[in-house]
Amino acid sequence: MGILEVRNLTKTFGGLVAVGDVSFAVKRGSISGLIGPNGAGKTTVFNLITGVYKVTSGEIVFDGRPIHNLEPHVIANMGITRTFQNIRLFKRLSVYNNILTACHRNARYSIADAVLRLRGFKAEERRMREDADALMEVMGLTRWRNSVAHSLPYGVQRRLEIARALAVKPKLLLLDEPAAGMNPDETQQLMSLICRIREEFNCTVLVIEHRMDLIMGICENIIVLNFGRKLTEGSPGEIQTDPRVIEAYLGEGAKIGA
Amino acid sequence: MDWFYIKGILILSGINLMAVLGLSLLTGFTGLFSFGHAGFMAIGAYTAAYLGVKMGLPLTVALLAGGFSAGLVSLFIGKLTLKLKGDYFCIATLGFGEAIRLILDNVQTFGGARGWPGIPIRVDLWNVALVNVVGIALLVNLVNSRHGRNMIAVREEELAAKTIGIDTFRYKMISLFISAVYAGVAGGLVGYYTGFLQPKMFSLNKSTELTIIVIFGGIGSISGSVLGALLLTALPEILRAFALWRLVVYGAAVIFIMISRPEGLMGGKEITWKGIASLLQRGLRLHPAAKSQAGAGAQASVGDRGGDRDGNGSASGSGSGDRAAQSIKPSF
Ligand SMILES: Nc1ncnc2c1ncn2[C@@H]1O[C@H](COP(=O)(O)OP(=O)(O)OP(=O)(O)O)[C@@H](O)[C@H]1O
Ligand SMILES: [Mg+2]
Repeated sequence: MGILEVRNLTKTFGGLVAVGDVSFAVKRGSISGLIGPNGAGKTTVFNLITGVYKVTSGEIVFDGRPIHNLEPHVIANMGITRTFQNIRLFKRLSVYNNILTACHRNARYSIADAVLRLRGFKAEERRMREDADALMEVMGLTRWRNSVAHSLPYGVQRRLEIARALAVKPKLLLLDEPAAGMNPDETQQLMSLICRIREEFNCTVLVIEHRMDLIMGICENIIVLNFGRKLTEGSPGEIQTDPRVIEAYLGEGAKIGA
Repeated sequence: MDWFYIKGILILSGINLMAVLGLSLLTGFTGLFSFGHAGFMAIGAYTAAYLGVKMGLPLTVALLAGGFSAGLVSLFIGKLTLKLKGDYFCIATLGFGEAIRLILDNVQTFGGARGWPGIPIRVDLWNVALVNVVGIALLVNLVNSRHGRNMIAVREEELAAKTIGIDTFRYKMISLFISAVYAGVAGGLVGYYTGFLQPKMFSLNKSTELTIIVIFGGIGSISGSVLGALLLTALPEILRAFALWRLVVYGAAVIFIMISRPEGLMGGKEITWKGIASLLQRGLRLHPAAKSQAGAGAQASVGDRGGDRDGNGSASGSGSGDRAAQSIKPSF
């Protein structure tokens, strides 16, 4: 059984079927891809999984438990975190404080403990700061430690957003177009970063991307959406040669480069 | 200006400051605008006065109970409106503030619109100062904790806050509750300072004044709120000599600051001990040479908000010898 199972998932906006009767499973420990042309419903699927949107019908099962229509923060705390297609950092905070904020679950002290500086406050706060520093080191963000998030280069902002998602110690990490706006060199480095994240953080990754080199390079299984429907699913080799996929993307007769 | 007069201004500033501190948490740190905090002050004022005058409770208990009842009412309002999108809350607080004033206008037990005279005067500079010192200390501690950071996350990017597991509704409620308690305590102080309560003391004007002070001092800065409360309470009093023109000058001063420093007096920064120490050091070194550099030094006294207050953050990463840190090297 997969870590994530999506069954007959449907989401409509008024008359528009953004996601229609989509089913797929994500294998534990895998890196999987979710692709499709613009407006295919990929981001909507992420918004449904993370509870940002309520599902119209269908179910989403994570780790054996149904999670559809739970509150976003509950889902996050169960172990699913994400990045956003249009980056959503805490813009005016430093890199360090972006990450430190996301480490909030690593401490248990209450508001009274904080206000009166009681019990484990000092020790727990120190541990959170160590966690944040370690994560910054891992993600190569240390040299930007005190820079304000919105002033960072685009690629670094994307990386910071991944770091912030990892601070919650997710079991499933959802990346929405992490390579958007990156040059081929940065994309290459992002690919190896995603692979290393899977190893080091012991988590499953589901990634939306338009860059086929990235998708074909790191994904074991790829789900293809088109007009809100699932078109097909398979290994990179299968997807690359599937005429339906090629047609959906580029019209008849074209070929997806790897 | 004699001491008595100055003392009066300081007490008024201190009372305002207490309410501003609370609003600073709500507006400056959590990003929620309220135009009804005068209503919370009113609840605190009348409750504290009632408990002290009619039931003979001591000042501390009366003030705390006043703050607490304002907090309880705020939870009710928050429950109804904080799940909705931002603007509803703002409008609801506005309606709430006016409703409280109108209700008090018509409740004859507390003197109605004519007011409630004869409240014993128990507030002086010292207990106002004490209340504020405690208020500031607790707030600084809160803001520099994971709970405070969660509130800031709600202000910065609510959706992202949710997706890293922050219960944003809960933190908005907590922020609202604490800010209402502060406003309630401030209201209690009003009654025991002036010896007289009247509903129109807690009008929309008062709520607006508090919000102006928070924005003037700088969103997300406690020191900014302190400076703002002291300056903007004192200013109209000092300008009293100009009679008619004082409110014009007051307005012009606020507009001038907001145009020249749109991010507010402190612009999200805090005055810290570390900052002051380094300023003094610089000042001593520079003293004989150039006085003009002191201006530049003033910038140094301003510490980055949320930096390592304990100063151990930067050293700790390497010390922990994290397994992951060694096996993954930073790329691109
Ligand atoms: N909140 C919303 N309200 C109305 N329509 C929406 C909403 N969110 C998404 N849609 C619509 O749903 C469809 C799918 O959108 P979605 O953002 O999921 O596409 P996508 O596959 O992520 O596309 P892209 O590759 O451009 O990011 C689009 O037609 C979009 O306009
Ligand atoms: Mg999208």
